[in-house]
Amino acid sequence: MTEHPSQSVKFYQTGTHTVGNRLLDETKRTVQASVDRSNAITSGHRACQGCGEALGARYALDSAMRATDGQLVAVNATGCLEVFTTPYPETSWQLPWLHSLFGNAPAVATGVAAAFRVKGRKDVRVIAQGGDGSTTDIGFGCLSGMFERNDDVLYICYDNEAYMNTGVQRSSATPPFARTATTQAIGEAPGNVFGTGKNLPLIAMAHNIPYVATASVADLHDLEYKVTKAMGMRGARYIHILVPCPLGWGSASDATIQVARLAIESGLFPLFEAEHGEVTQVSKIRRRVMAEDYLKVQKRFAHLFRKEGKDVDKIAVVQRMADHNIKRFGLMDEETAQ
Amino acid sequence: MHHQIEGSEAVARAVALCRPEVVCAYPITPQTHIVEGVGALVKKGQLTDCEFINVESEFAALSVAIGASAAGARTYTATASQGLLFMAEAVYNAAGLGLPIVMTIGNRAIGAPINIWNDHSDSMSMRDAGWIQLYAETNQEAVDLHIQAFRLAEELSCPVMVCMDGFILTHAYERIDLPSQQEVDAFLPRFEPVQVLDPAHPYSIGAMVGPEAFTEVRYLAHDKQVQALQLIPEIGQVFSEVFGRASGGLIHEYKSDGAETIVVALGSVNGTIKEVIDVMRGDGLAIGSVSICSFRPFPLDELRDALKSAKRVVVIEKNLAPGLGGVLASNVRMALRGATATVYTVIAGLGGRPILMNSLHDVFIAASEDKLTDVQFLDLNQAVVDLELERARTTRHSGPTAESILRQNAKVGE
Ligand SMILES: Cc1ncc(C[n+]2csc(CCOP(=O)(O)OP(=O)(O)O)c2C)c(N)n1
Ligand code: SF4
Ligand SMILES: [Mg+2]
Repeated sequence: MTEHPSQSVKFYQTGTHTVGNRLLDETKRTVQASVDRSNAITSGHRACQGCGEALGARYALDSAMRATDGQLVAVNATGCLEVFTTPYPETSWQLPWLHSLFGNAPAVATGVAAAFRVKGRKDVRVIAQGGDGSTTDIGFGCLSGMFERNDDVLYICYDNEAYMNTGVQRSSATPPFARTATTQAIGEAPGNVFGTGKNLPLIAMAHNIPYVATASVADLHDLEYKVTKAMGMRGARYIHILVPCPLGWGSASDATIQVARLAIESGLFPLFEAEHGEVTQVSKIRRRVMAEDYLKVQKRFAHLFRKEGKDVDKIAVVQRMADHNIKRFGLMDEETAQ
Repeated sequence: MHHQIEGSEAVARAVALCRPEVVCAYPITPQTHIVEGVGALVKKGQLTDCEFINVESEFAALSVAIGASAAGARTYTATASQGLLFMAEAVYNAAGLGLPIVMTIGNRAIGAPINIWNDHSDSMSMRDAGWIQLYAETNQEAVDLHIQAFRLAEELSCPVMVCMDGFILTHAYERIDLPSQQEVDAFLPRFEPVQVLDPAHPYSIGAMVGPEAFTEVRYLAHDKQVQALQLIPEIGQVFSEVFGRASGGLIHEYKSDGAETIVVALGSVNGTIKEVIDVMRGDGLAIGSVSICSFRPFPLDELRDALKSAKRVVVIEKNLAPGLGGVLASNVRMALRGATATVYTVIAGLGGRPILMNSLHDVFIAASEDKLTDVQFLDLNQAVVDLELERARTTRHSGPTAESILRQNAKVGE
């Protein structure tokens, strides 16, 4: 297995989790730290303050640009990322970029890759990207088809756990109990009433594609490493990035990284890599937090924390999901697990 | 060279002669033999430098085509019926993006009730998507139109649908003159895209456009179709010079000069219509026909001119606009605005019902005596319809109409 920079060096300052980028070896510093970064999504776009998707996409695309020496094409599904980086003539994209529809980005990317292959341009690589709605719902068929054919495309899902661009409606990636505009916090069963969210990384793994990884804006170094690694491979690859949305989640816009970190440290969003359907690497939880700590900083779960008292049963359901992940992926070392 | 081959096979070979670089395939009757044929040519190594991609739906087929075309590849796919509807969103998108994709439609009815046989409901549903729509009268014309379609699409940066009647053409074995590779290469220049995804010149394709420019963008889509009105006959002319036979163009006139009754139709039914006209001309009736090859753009002026002698126009319509009549007839009326000719709509051949010479003969005679209603259904079994209407009136839980019609038919047949 390739050496994992964010784990081989541990310069964390207690309490802040800041990685001492400048203390790292030149080659291991973040792409963003370099003056040569491509600025694939340049400044001036219209994302909300603290948008996790804007941050995730910027890091992902700049890493992929570096990994491919700038020979990169991006296909974008409809959604926040597409909308806030455009309209004409104010596009933020500094690389060739194509938006077709909400549900077809994986197929469009297949076509782009096929065109470059037939023209003998093996150096030009293709990324497709979309939100959780386009990935886990409307574009799911096209994504599965692209995986099954093992087309030479890296697909990145920016998961903010709802249809944000249309005003925060529930998607199949919305977690249980979350309040959205179509699962309002009213009535007998407030918030999202069923499901645990569709687990697309596991579904992607079931296609036995060369590479699947999860990543988070709370660990941008790790995100860059995974995108870089994916661009070093051929065939269908999938990276699922958790990107908090202050607007939809009701979290503070300066707390995006913190919320994303709580998702990891609680076990609710496991960070791992898988190759050909087998998990090959897992990021261990460093300092475990309870699911409750993650839920209570987001207004979308406010109905679980009413003045009359906490909804302990529902919080316990979410805790069980976290526990299950910790066990399933081995997220904790024996000694920290207690 | 002449070959005795199936229409689908002929089209597959014609498409291959155009050297497509990306071909997407998803099966639906009656289009299957076409994509199978192209796939086989790729596998045999007769069509080289071509990515043949089996996809998981028609929506994906056209989406892959969109990506490939935007990256500068000559791109082809084919579909029919439910498949065309399944890709509807991408159909509009391809046109909006100005991507010169060529797509064959093996015309077939749309369900429910599900029906695999021919009519024009499928392509008609996409008539305003911004694609050029050409309708082939014969398999030879289907071959020729595909070769012209790539040139037309690429000159205008506009996608083109070549519509050929399912089964009637796609599955018919006929003698076809297939051109040589040299001839096609001489006719069809290399694809030079006006916009292409290229890391050396990055730009954004398909970004959002607001009210301040959307009308202009749409106007230019209309203008492209207007330009096509010039270009289609020009390309047809060059085609006839290179290949030695006339094919394509906007309309084909048959004995319509000075005719008082003129029949208008799309596609293969024109063959039958011409035979009926020959019979009726023999009986001294002043009747002729116009076959429309280019339905989009719609050749308003050419048609108006071709119909100038008509006292009446009979539109043979292989589609139904429920609540109105027929789509083609509405368009023909537009061409005749201000003229005095009466336009009759005859809905015929729905879901593959054979359009018989006798039936056409009767309807043309009735038309020439102005005894037709505005909208007429050819060979409609009125007795069965009446029974079914009566049953629905008297029974609330009357069940599936289609089934009871078939039961009635069986009884009538007993
Ligand atoms: C076929 C179709 N259905 C619905 C829409 C409306 N729509 C546009 S973006 C969007 C939500 C996108 O959600 P997601 O993919 O999660 O991305 P996000 O905006 O959350 O980043 C929806 C529902 C559309 N454009 N096309
Ligand atoms: S709504 Fe959410 S995802 Fe969309 S731009 Fe705002 S913060 Fe980002
Ligand atoms: Mg979303």
